[in-house]
Amino acid sequence: MGRHRGPADLGARRLSLGSDEPSPAPEPGSTPGGAIEHAFRQEYGRVLAGLIGQFRDFDLAEEALQEAYVMALEHWPTDGVPSNPGAWLATTARRKAIDRLRRARRYVEVQAELAREVDGEEAGTTVFADDRLRLIFTCCHPALAPEARIALTLRTLGGLTTPEIARAFLVPEVTLAQRLVRAKRKIRDAGIPYRVPPDHLLPERLDAVLRVIYLVFNEGYVASGGDTLIRLELCADAIRLARDLVALMPDEPEAIGLLALLLLQDSRRAARLDAEGHVVLLEDQDRSRWDAAEMSEGRGFVERALRMRRPGPYQLQAAIAAVHADAARSGRTDWAQIVELYDELLRHDPSPVVELNRAAAVSKAEGPEAALPLLDGLIASGALAGYLPLAVTRADLLRRLERFGEAADAYREAIDLAPTPAEREFLGRRLDEMVARSAAR
Amino acid sequence: MRYLLLIYTPEEEGTQSPERQAEVNELYNTFTREVRSRNAMEGGEALQPIATATTVRVRDGKTLVTDGPYAETKEALGGFYLLNVSDLDEALELAAMIPGAQWGAIEVRPIWELGG
Repeated sequence: MGRHRGPADLGARRLSLGSDEPSPAPEPGSTPGGAIEHAFRQEYGRVLAGLIGQFRDFDLAEEALQEAYVMALEHWPTDGVPSNPGAWLATTARRKAIDRLRRARRYVEVQAELAREVDGEEAGTTVFADDRLRLIFTCCHPALAPEARIALTLRTLGGLTTPEIARAFLVPEVTLAQRLVRAKRKIRDAGIPYRVPPDHLLPERLDAVLRVIYLVFNEGYVASGGDTLIRLELCADAIRLARDLVALMPDEPEAIGLLALLLLQDSRRAARLDAEGHVVLLEDQDRSRWDAAEMSEGRGFVERALRMRRPGPYQLQAAIAAVHADAARSGRTDWAQIVELYDELLRHDPSPVVELNRAAAVSKAEGPEAALPLLDGLIASGALAGYLPLAVTRADLLRRLERFGEAADAYREAIDLAPTPAEREFLGRRLDEMVARSAAR
Repeated sequence: MRYLLLIYTPEEEGTQSPERQAEVNELYNTFTREVRSRNAMEGGEALQPIATATTVRVRDGKTLVTDGPYAETKEALGGFYLLNVSDLDEALELAAMIPGAQWGAIEVRPIWELGG
């Protein structure tokens, strides 16, 4: 089931909680079941965030929303889908939650809290946007285990079901369900605050949020096993979360940088794998298969972020991706600029992997002889021992330098590190070529 | 909310110079003043070294007393603070300010408030 989520511009499509008259008929051409499912998926995260904000109880909010969904399945096929499904679900779920609290005789405890929230609703719906932002920060709190942050974010904000998340991350459903239960319990019992962190904590906490979104995307983009549809869903979810974050925190250049990076990577998805499912290197990709619209949107966000003049790792990675994207139009890649961007990235986020990528860019900008000493330095440091891309890059440099004997040795080393038959086969062909050319001398 | 901040640090059996000990004591005094100024202090003590510890178990009605804890660990519980703060973020912020966090680790545990 595809989700056709547009940009989550909360300014434009904020839920107005006042207007929930049903429209007479569902959209033409859509089945009522599909429309309900679609509306539910679309609004799940927003509505749930509002409910958690009101009731401060993840389980109560989830159960009430589930009940509201059942009500929707009963009423919408005959009454029609409401013009504002999110508002309908929010109101219904809220009633269901209050019913549950009454039954549990806990109603008095939260009545004061609810009165406050109702005032907020009447004053405007910004309460709703704030709840969503608070929920993101709560789900990505560093006191939660990293895998729990991802699961909780996808469950509460992404609207993925527990079985879907379990399938996406190749863990048993029971394990994932326990992970979620433990995380929710910890939020409640350890007193993890439900709020956007104060300024002195914000940079670190925002970083944790961005990392969760990036990991969700990466899981969908890079993983080679598992269910394709679910993985597409992960990428779409990550992009949507990044969009939401940008809408909620428009002055955070790193959030914009992350969105740009995801869009630019996603735009190359169709060209990333060949017909047999093998990874195609960036320079060998069929550029006509890059998604031009997504690419230009990503490029726009890079420019918007960089204009703020507070560069950071996500913006710089997005800028590098944008230079590659420009090559789709111009036919040549500005490697010198990519080297400069890697220099800047190393200043913000020094890591041996970034150094390796920089060295590969240097080999394109200045030639393999300039890059080889950089790689030898990296190898001597031992930081990337056993890292396949390092071995492959070194072998390729030696090949380009026509030092065929050394290149053959380097390819043998790389083959030993390659985890998949496809990679070993590819490197094996290169090895044979090196052996032949070395013998021909 | 109330939290117990447990301070686990390596025990350096008598290797610390008196000057270093005085320095560490002063760091803890500064931290305690900070906690008091926030009205967060509910209690806190330093513990004698783990060599002074005795473990008690009751099995089948019989009391078993043994010297020390069983497991030899690198870091031992050396002291604690009981704090009343607004939420986990404030507890974590204060935990990071405990001097021992720089050479050991602080375990932050919410108090299970029973009844009430």
